[in-house]
Amino acid sequence: MRMIACLSPISGGTLQVLGLDPMRDGPQIRSRIGLVPQDDTLDLELTVRDNLYLYGRYFGLPKKQLRERVDELLEFARLTERADERVDPLSGGMRRRLTIARALVSSPSLVILDEPTTGLDPQARHLLWDRLYRLKREGVTLVITTHYMDEAEQLCDRLVVMDAGRIAAAGSPRELIEQWSTREVVELRFEAEGHQVHGDRLADLAERVEVLPDRLLLYTDEGDATLDAVRSRGASPIAALVRRSTLEDVFLHLTGRSLVD
Amino acid sequence: MSPALRAYQYNLLAYKRTWRGSLTTTFLYPVLYLAAIGVGLGHLIDHGSNKAVGGVPYLWFLAPGLLAGTAMQIGANESTFPVMAGIKWLKTYFAMLATPLEVTDVLYGHLLWILTRVALASGVFLAVMTAFHTVPSAWAVAAFPAAVLTGAAFSAPVMAFSATRETDQSFVVLYRFGIVPLFLFSGTFFPVTQLPGWLQVIARCTPLYQGVSLCRGLVLGRPGGWDALGHAVYLLVMFAGGVLAARVSYRRRLVQ
Repeated sequence: MRMIACLSPISGGTLQVLGLDPMRDGPQIRSRIGLVPQDDTLDLELTVRDNLYLYGRYFGLPKKQLRERVDELLEFARLTERADERVDPLSGGMRRRLTIARALVSSPSLVILDEPTTGLDPQARHLLWDRLYRLKREGVTLVITTHYMDEAEQLCDRLVVMDAGRIAAAGSPRELIEQWSTREVVELRFEAEGHQVHGDRLADLAERVEVLPDRLLLYTDEGDATLDAVRSRGASPIAALVRRSTLEDVFLHLTGRSLVD
Repeated sequence: MSPALRAYQYNLLAYKRTWRGSLTTTFLYPVLYLAAIGVGLGHLIDHGSNKAVGGVPYLWFLAPGLLAGTAMQIGANESTFPVMAGIKWLKTYFAMLATPLEVTDVLYGHLLWILTRVALASGVFLAVMTAFHTVPSAWAVAAFPAAVLTGAAFSAPVMAFSATRETDQSFVVLYRFGIVPLFLFSGTFFPVTQLPGWLQVIARCTPLYQGVSLCRGLVLGRPGGWDALGHAVYLLVMFAGGVLAARVSYRRRLVQ
């Protein structure tokens, strides 16, 4: 991420950004990309408007044109009403929107977003997704890192699953699910400690069975049929749920369930 | 507009929002110092001994010393906490670096701003000195660049130092064992000839001593030829060395 934004020297391999060489053309590349870092790096003492305006000046945008652009961006980020307030008292979602608006000040053709919605409430996330979706439709390329699989599913055309710095899988969300998971998942809960025993007994009913401490996951293409088969074997789970496979299943399958700190 | 000036513009705009806070240090301190120590204490000194300090009234002796001392303090002050803010607290440096600006633009923009602050404070100080009738010579005009040079000589190395720090703890140490002793013992309040022999040698080697001597000579109309040139070269070299060191430490800190 930092290497693409020409902030860090290239540690290995080759890298071209917008057809240019990051080592040589750093300023030129950065003038055409917008960066939304994980930390907002906003100036809390300054107003919302000043933050946008100054950032535009760093790009050398002419003052008059920049003022118009700032008004557009305030509208885009739904911050027009707060434009002349300081950033300090703004909520996390507002700050995030401001940071994204700021990254757009130079009308970049590539926007890099590092975990854009981490720590936001659902309303704020959906508003952000809406704005990002709009950008995508306008032809802006978005490069996003995220830990939220629903976010990846919503926003991404192409997806790369990284595990410990290596690419574990790549493709569209649909392709990844097709390749690495089944169409549906049956989640079963049994009394007490029986999950391992039940898992062994039901193993042949699904393509793959995963035994977790609190539940049993059966990966299958026909969830309802599999659940019927489970019941006809006399197993009586206290709770059963059939759902579609998600990217989260793919991600956990590829990177494992152990905590990565 | 050059990239460094774009970075400079940030400080200018930020200062427009916060300038009231700096009014006391810039305007009030010179008046208070000159009134309390210069006029109050000076009165006792001038009457207590039959030879005035340095052959002039104490207030005349003190004022240019304070001018240089203030330039040093502003230069050092603005190069500590604001640099830490740029790196850690507000991360304004990183915001700049995500744009076409480069590390040297960020450094030069901020440095230029610090020199602006030193120039503002020095200008005000000289105006206050004039109001106190402590400027007997037209040479005093040249004391303005001399004071700015003194502030510059401190700011660049302190910036280089600040960019290597993880917390602001070190700034307290820098003040306690650097800036404050320099302020007190570099000929600001009394001639260094009052110090014991070996301390005198040390005092004459300190950077603030150069600034104080330079400013005092100019304000009192005794610029002093080669000596003055020596002081100026000392400060210039310190500034240039500081800039080189800051280029290295900024790059190390900001390019990760």
